[in-house]
Amino acid sequence: MAPKQRNTAAVAASAPSAPVTTVPIPTTTSTATTAAIKSSSSKQAASNTQAWDKVFNNITTHYLKTTPQRTKLLDAFMAFLVVVGALQFLYCVLAGNYPFNAFLSGFSATVGQFVLTASLRIQTTEANKKDFPAVSPERAFADYVVCSLILHFFCVNFIN
Amino acid sequence: MSAEPIQALVDVGKGKTTRGVLRVIILALIAGASIASRLFSVIRFESIIHEFDPWFNFRATKYLVANGFYNFWDWFDDRTWHPLGRVTGGTLYPGLMVTSGAIYHALRTLTIPVDIRNVCVLLAPGFSGLTAIAAYLLTNEMTVHNSAGLLAAIFMGIAPGYISRSVAGSYDNEAIAIFLLVFTFYLWIKALKQGSMLWGALCALFYGYMVASWGGYAFITCLLPLHAFVLICMGRYSTRLYVSYTTWYALGTLASMQIPFVGFLPVKTSEHMPALGIFGFLQLLAFLDYVRSAIPSRQFQTFLWLFAGGTFAIGLAGLVVATSAGIIAPWSGRFYSLWDTGYAKIHIPIIASVSEHQPTAWPAFFFDLNMLVYLFPVGVYLCFQKLHDEHVFIIVYAVFGSYFAGVMVRLMLTLTPVVCIAGAIAVSSLLDTYLDARSPKPEEQVAESSEKKAPKSGLKSTDKPLVGIYGLWSKSAVVAAMGVYLLLFVMHCTWVTSNAYSSPSVVLASRMPDGSQHIIDDYREAYQWLRQNTKEDAKVMSWWDYGYQIGGMADRPTLVDNNTWNNTHIATVGKAMSSREEVSYPIMRQHEVDYVLVVFGGLLGYSGDDINKFLWMVRIAEGIWPDEVSERAFFTPRGEYKVDAEATETMKNSLMYKMSYYNFNNLFPPGQAIDRMRQARLPEVGPTLSTMEEAFTSENWIIRIYKVKDLDNLGRDHISAAAFDRGLKKKRAPKKKGPRVLRVD
Repeated sequence: MAPKQRNTAAVAASAPSAPVTTVPIPTTTSTATTAAIKSSSSKQAASNTQAWDKVFNNITTHYLKTTPQRTKLLDAFMAFLVVVGALQFLYCVLAGNYPFNAFLSGFSATVGQFVLTASLRIQTTEANKKDFPAVSPERAFADYVVCSLILHFFCVNFIN
Repeated sequence: MSAEPIQALVDVGKGKTTRGVLRVIILALIAGASIASRLFSVIRFESIIHEFDPWFNFRATKYLVANGFYNFWDWFDDRTWHPLGRVTGGTLYPGLMVTSGAIYHALRTLTIPVDIRNVCVLLAPGFSGLTAIAAYLLTNEMTVHNSAGLLAAIFMGIAPGYISRSVAGSYDNEAIAIFLLVFTFYLWIKALKQGSMLWGALCALFYGYMVASWGGYAFITCLLPLHAFVLICMGRYSTRLYVSYTTWYALGTLASMQIPFVGFLPVKTSEHMPALGIFGFLQLLAFLDYVRSAIPSRQFQTFLWLFAGGTFAIGLAGLVVATSAGIIAPWSGRFYSLWDTGYAKIHIPIIASVSEHQPTAWPAFFFDLNMLVYLFPVGVYLCFQKLHDEHVFIIVYAVFGSYFAGVMVRLMLTLTPVVCIAGAIAVSSLLDTYLDARSPKPEEQVAESSEKKAPKSGLKSTDKPLVGIYGLWSKSAVVAAMGVYLLLFVMHCTWVTSNAYSSPSVVLASRMPDGSQHIIDDYREAYQWLRQNTKEDAKVMSWWDYGYQIGGMADRPTLVDNNTWNNTHIATVGKAMSSREEVSYPIMRQHEVDYVLVVFGGLLGYSGDDINKFLWMVRIAEGIWPDEVSERAFFTPRGEYKVDAEATETMKNSLMYKMSYYNFNNLFPPGQAIDRMRQARLPEVGPTLSTMEEAFTSENWIIRIYKVKDLDNLGRDHISAAAFDRGLKKKRAPKKKGPRVLRVD
């Protein structure tokens, strides 16, 4: 739990003027989940809509300001994986899980790829450098490739 | 053995390379010692597969070697569980067989002519050497002292708790599973420390291997999430934890699902749900962590934590709902018996009837672990002192391992590694403190501050300069005492291994009056008789304990075996054994039984015979047919289980009793027949058998085989036919009663 760069600029940017909200955000998946959670706890959201707005703005500005282009690419890939996974899950719920092997391996492939990508993203982020003294970005990418190969080997083997 | 390495290291090993070389040599010696101490049974008896389950594994391995991997994978075995058969390829853990098959083929490729039996016999000792090395690696992750690792290696190598399942010939899943367990833990710690995906993936691969080898993999499946959960609760969430855990879970779960026997279990049963829950929880935490780095607001942070808790609760509620709705299977019986030791006895007699599923008696801990029992808490305490992530792991493992080992004898195996590691940490920190020859002179001691002493000693108490033991005399006394304890430990381990764990139980050894060894080989005698004197497909009925041996040694189809997948089928056999002949005969005819095999220890005083197991047969049969078989009817009015003249009528008429004591009194003068096992004088007139005839009785009467008679040629029932043969006059049946029919109860 290394203290992350507490971005004071972000606080400054949270001034009412912030025009960022209109930007189509390549949201990380988890923003989507919090959004869902937010809507679920409606009474809190109702009471401090203002605060939520501010918080949301803060997050997006921080994200847009501090994330390098390559990491954004990773995020886009992760968002794509979430969409694919959600579609598969939806299909499973609506149309039944008949080829359960196929569903499981497809779904695990997306979930596995998602967490691997998330790990790669974590390891390559500058802020986390001191958490991983032994892992250089190149090493992280090599690990990522190896793990993905293993993952897909298992998936293909399992899909029947 | 275990004291010298440290001595040597202190004296000689000053240079780094010397130390490295020494360490490798010592490790090799330790591996050699752990292999050698497991060879008692081979030296004393011969290279033979032991006990019950190993015979099945051996048979499966032979099938694998003979028919290739794909046939093995799709193996449907019609020679067990007659008439049901067993989908063997899909209902076993193939890791063990594939491992020995691979070794066999590798050695063949190297043109070393080796017999598959010898590969199987020596597999467990070989892997125990690897386990010792894995214990060394794991312990080295815990402490900076290499001596702790070496000590852990030797403890692991010779601790009886592990030897009990890994002597030569004990060709069981645990033989390789414990190595995989320790090594998986090592990789997990490594992954967690470095936060590396590669180590996480390796951990997942070895986890997959473990799943392929032993049902005990659930221990890892529960322990790693628990460790992660404890770390999170301690506020130690880190990105390293995220990387290592999610990599392990995503790959490991997929790997475990490749095994047909496990299949969809990881997403369907409750045992695997903690891992999934922590996986989801970590995703949430990672996101919160990211958001927290973006937003400085403290209030918002508490909000998020609330959400995290809420989501966790929702997930738990969802799990409960899904379980009760039947989407996720509830905990299986074996797991219930882990929480409530009385559960199995009441609900699932088949589980309770296995002696290794009984709760552990306390002397067993001392017997299996000796002095490590009291070093273990010290090691755990030392872990509390440092308390890095990896020490938390040892603590969590210690708590859970102790609990499970207390519940089930068999799970002593999973406790042993952590006991060895904790014990080694304790001993090494003690020796490091006391073997430090340098000591400041008493005058300087006051003057000099702690900086000279502190870095050398591991214990906190020696940080202060005034506290500490510097006298050469006291040091040597403690070291000598420790050395004696270690020697005693080695002696105890050797003694236990030699006396308790090295018996093949297929071959029994006894002492002649002059002290020479006498081998009792009734089992193999009887199985060889079956192999040579019966038809290839003659069905043999016996209690399930002997199913694997009959399949492996006699190569004859059996009704039930140690796989125990079908309780009803076993209960059927139990009913046939515990009922009267008139009831049993139709059952045996329906199952096409040709021979019945019973184990009888009355002549020799052999305790593991069928009369002693008889009550379990009755109980299991009673579980399915409560109104036809009743356990109470086998006890005398005073509640005793008797086989002599006082035995109940139900007991005396049961097939098992008749088969055990048939013709037994002919061995003795009239009225003198004595069951040496139960010290009971048998009634003068022995039981009569009419539906079957004695086919074979081994030298010491341990195994008795009966042939089931065919239907009578003249259409009589067997009772009257046998009575006619004995020369008894046929009783005139009163006319009004109509024709006699075979009684089917």
